[in-house]
Amino acid sequence: MVNTKVTLCGLELDNPVIPASGTFGFGYEFAELYDINCLGTFSFKGTTAEPRFGNPTPRIAEFSGGLLNAVGLQNPGVDAVIAEELPKLAKCFHKPVMANISGFSLEEYVSVAEKLNACEQVGWLEVNISCPNVHGGGMSFGTDPAAAAMVTKAVKAVTTKPVIVKLSPNVTDIVAIAKACEDAGADAVSLINTVMGMRIDLKKKKPIIANRTGGMSGPALLPLAVRMVYQVYDAVKIPIVGLGGVSTAEDVVELMLAGATAVEVGAANLVEPYACRNIVEDLPRVMEKYGIKNLSDIIGGAH
Amino acid sequence: MQQGIFTIVSNRPVSGATYEMVLQGDTSAITAPGQFINIKLDGFYLRRPISVCDRNDSTVTILYKALGKGTEAMTAFAPGKELDILTGLGNGFDVSKSGEKPLLVGGGVGVAPMYLLAKELIAAGKSVTAVLGYNNGGDVFYAEKLEELGVRTIVCTADGSIGVPGFVTDGMKEVEDYTYLYTCGPEPMLKAVYDACKTSGDFSFEERMGCGFGACMGCTCETKYGNKRICRDGPVLVKEEIVW
Ligand SMILES: Cc1cc2nc3c(=O)[nH]c(=O)nc-3n(C[C@H](O)[C@H](O)[C@H](O)COP(=O)(O)OP(=O)(O)OC[C@H]3O[C@@H](n4cnc5c(N)ncnc54)[C@H](O)[C@@H]3O)c2cc1C
Ligand SMILES: Cc1cc2nc3c(=O)[nH]c(=O)nc-3n(C[C@H](O)[C@H](O)[C@H](O)COP(=O)(O)O)c2cc1C
Ligand code: FES
Repeated sequence: MVNTKVTLCGLELDNPVIPASGTFGFGYEFAELYDINCLGTFSFKGTTAEPRFGNPTPRIAEFSGGLLNAVGLQNPGVDAVIAEELPKLAKCFHKPVMANISGFSLEEYVSVAEKLNACEQVGWLEVNISCPNVHGGGMSFGTDPAAAAMVTKAVKAVTTKPVIVKLSPNVTDIVAIAKACEDAGADAVSLINTVMGMRIDLKKKKPIIANRTGGMSGPALLPLAVRMVYQVYDAVKIPIVGLGGVSTAEDVVELMLAGATAVEVGAANLVEPYACRNIVEDLPRVMEKYGIKNLSDIIGGAH
Repeated sequence: MQQGIFTIVSNRPVSGATYEMVLQGDTSAITAPGQFINIKLDGFYLRRPISVCDRNDSTVTILYKALGKGTEAMTAFAPGKELDILTGLGNGFDVSKSGEKPLLVGGGVGVAPMYLLAKELIAAGKSVTAVLGYNNGGDVFYAEKLEELGVRTIVCTADGSIGVPGFVTDGMKEVEDYTYLYTCGPEPMLKAVYDACKTSGDFSFEERMGCGFGACMGCTCETKYGNKRICRDGPVLVKEEIVW
C-alpha cells in the first residue's frame, strides 16, 4: 500500500492532484462524468469583483504542444459565485475548494478575498497576479516583485485562509517574485500560469485570437514548469504548488521531485475530460514502479 | 456527454473536398439532431468538433470538409481505425417547434445536421422543405439523400451550374410559406438567412473550442438572454436571442 496523502498549508489532501483554475469551471461538467471527490481539491474559475464577459472570440488557438487561450477571465462575479456556484458545488464536492481570485486593482483583490474568506467551503485562496494593473499602466502585478508583494500583503490582511500566490512565468526572474511574495506573508506559491504566445492564420494573415495574444498551456510547458519549480524550491521555505503541462501521474511525480507539494492539472482536462481521475487512479502504480511509499517524502527529492 | 471509442466503418468523398465518415460505437448519448461530436486526432492537441449528420443505435455518420491539417489527416483514415470521441455535445435542434411545414436551410457542410433533422421531422409526419447552398455544382452532396427521405429539396449554387443560381436566400424566395426555420452554415450565411427569415427559427453556430463541453469558456457569445457557451448552451440559438 502506498500513501498519496500530502498536506498543503495545514490542510490534508487525499492526493496532490488539483484541477487548475479555468479548466474545470465550477466542477459540475466533470461531476456529471465522475465523482470529483476523488481529487485532492480543485481550483475554481478565476473570480473578480464584478461579472466579466471576457474577451471577444476567437479565444482559442492550437499548437502542437497545447493550446493558447484568451478567455479574459469570464466569470459571473464574486457575489454570484458565492450565492449560486458554491451552493451548487456543495452538492457534488465535499472537500475544501481552492478559490482562485483575480483583480485589476489592489482594491479589487481585497474585496474579492474578503468575501470569499467568509465562505466555509473555501480552503485556500489562490491569488492570480498575472492580470494587468489598471492603475499601474497596465503592467501585470506578477511581473514586478514590489507589486506582487503589495497584493500578497493586502490579501493576507483580510483573510484567515492560507494564501497561495500564483506566479506568472512571463518574467526574467521568477525566483525574485516568489521571494517577494514569501516575505510579504504568502503561505505558498503556485507556478506556472500560462506563457504568453501568439498564432497567425496563414489564410487571413492575421492573429487567430481576437485579443491577438493568448496564454499557452499544455504539455509543451512541462520542462519550463519543472525548471521554475526547482529554482523556486531552492529559494523559498513555503510550499510550492506546481503546474504547467501535466497530463500523467509521472508528470506529477516529476514536479514533486522538483519541489512541488501538490500539483495542478490544467489543459489536460479540456482534451481528456477524465484526465484528473485517471492520474489519481494511476498514481499508486507509478509510485510502486519508482519505489515510492509516501508521496510526501519525495517533495524536492531531486535537489 | 459520453466518451467512447468508435471504429471507422467507411470514409469516402461525397463531392469536392467533402467526405462522409461512418463510425461504429455507443451512440446512446446523442439525443437530438444538431448536436456534435468531438474527435481526438493523433498528432493534434485539441479535438475537432463535427456535427452529427445521421445516427442509429450503433453508428453515427458525419460529413466533413478537408479545410486544415486535422480534417485533411482524416481523409486518409481507413476503415477499422479506432477514434476516441466525445458524443452528445450541445443542445441540438428543437424538433417540437417545427409546426407542420418546417424549412431547413443548410450551407456547405452546414447541410450535414439537416439530414438527421429532416429524417426526424419526416418521421413525425411534417411536410419538410430544404434549401441547400453550395459554391459550385461539383460541391453538391446529400441533396438526393434528402429527396429520398421525401423532402422537397431546392439546391442553390453560387456559380449557377445547378439549381437556383445564387445563395440560399435566393432559394428561400421559392418557398411560399413555412412554419419554422432551422439553419446551419457559415456565419455570413446565417446572418442573411436571419434577415430573410419570416418566422422564428433555430440557428446553429460555430466557434473555436477548447473543450467542447462547457469547461473552458473558450466559445462564449453574447445573447439577449445572457452569455452562452456555443458548445454547451448552443450550438443552436433561437432567432429571438441572437444579437445582430
Ligand atoms: C459545433 C460545430 C460543428 C461543426 N460541424 C462540422 C461539420 O459537420 N463538418 C465540417 O466539415 N466541419 C464542421 N465544423 C468545423 C470543424 O470543426 C473545423 O472545420 C475543423 O475543426 C477544422 O480543423 P482542421 O484541423 O482541419 O483546421 P485547422 O484550421 O488546422 O484547425 C486549427 C484549430 O482551429 C479549429 N478550427 C478551425 N476552423 C474551425 C471552425 N470553422 N470551427 C471551429 N473550430 C475551427 C480546429 O478545431 C483546431 O482547433 C464544426 C464546428 C463546430 C464548432
Ligand atoms: C482556458 C483556460 C483558462 C484559464 N483561466 C485561468 C484563470 O481564470 N485563473 C488562473 O489563475 N489561471 C487560469 N488558467 C491557467 C491555468 O490554471 C494553468 O496555470 C495553465 O494553463 C498551465 O497549466 P496547464 O499546462 O496544465 O494547462 C487558464 C488556462 C486555460 C487553458
Ligand atoms: S469550448 Fe470550452 S466552454 Fe465551450
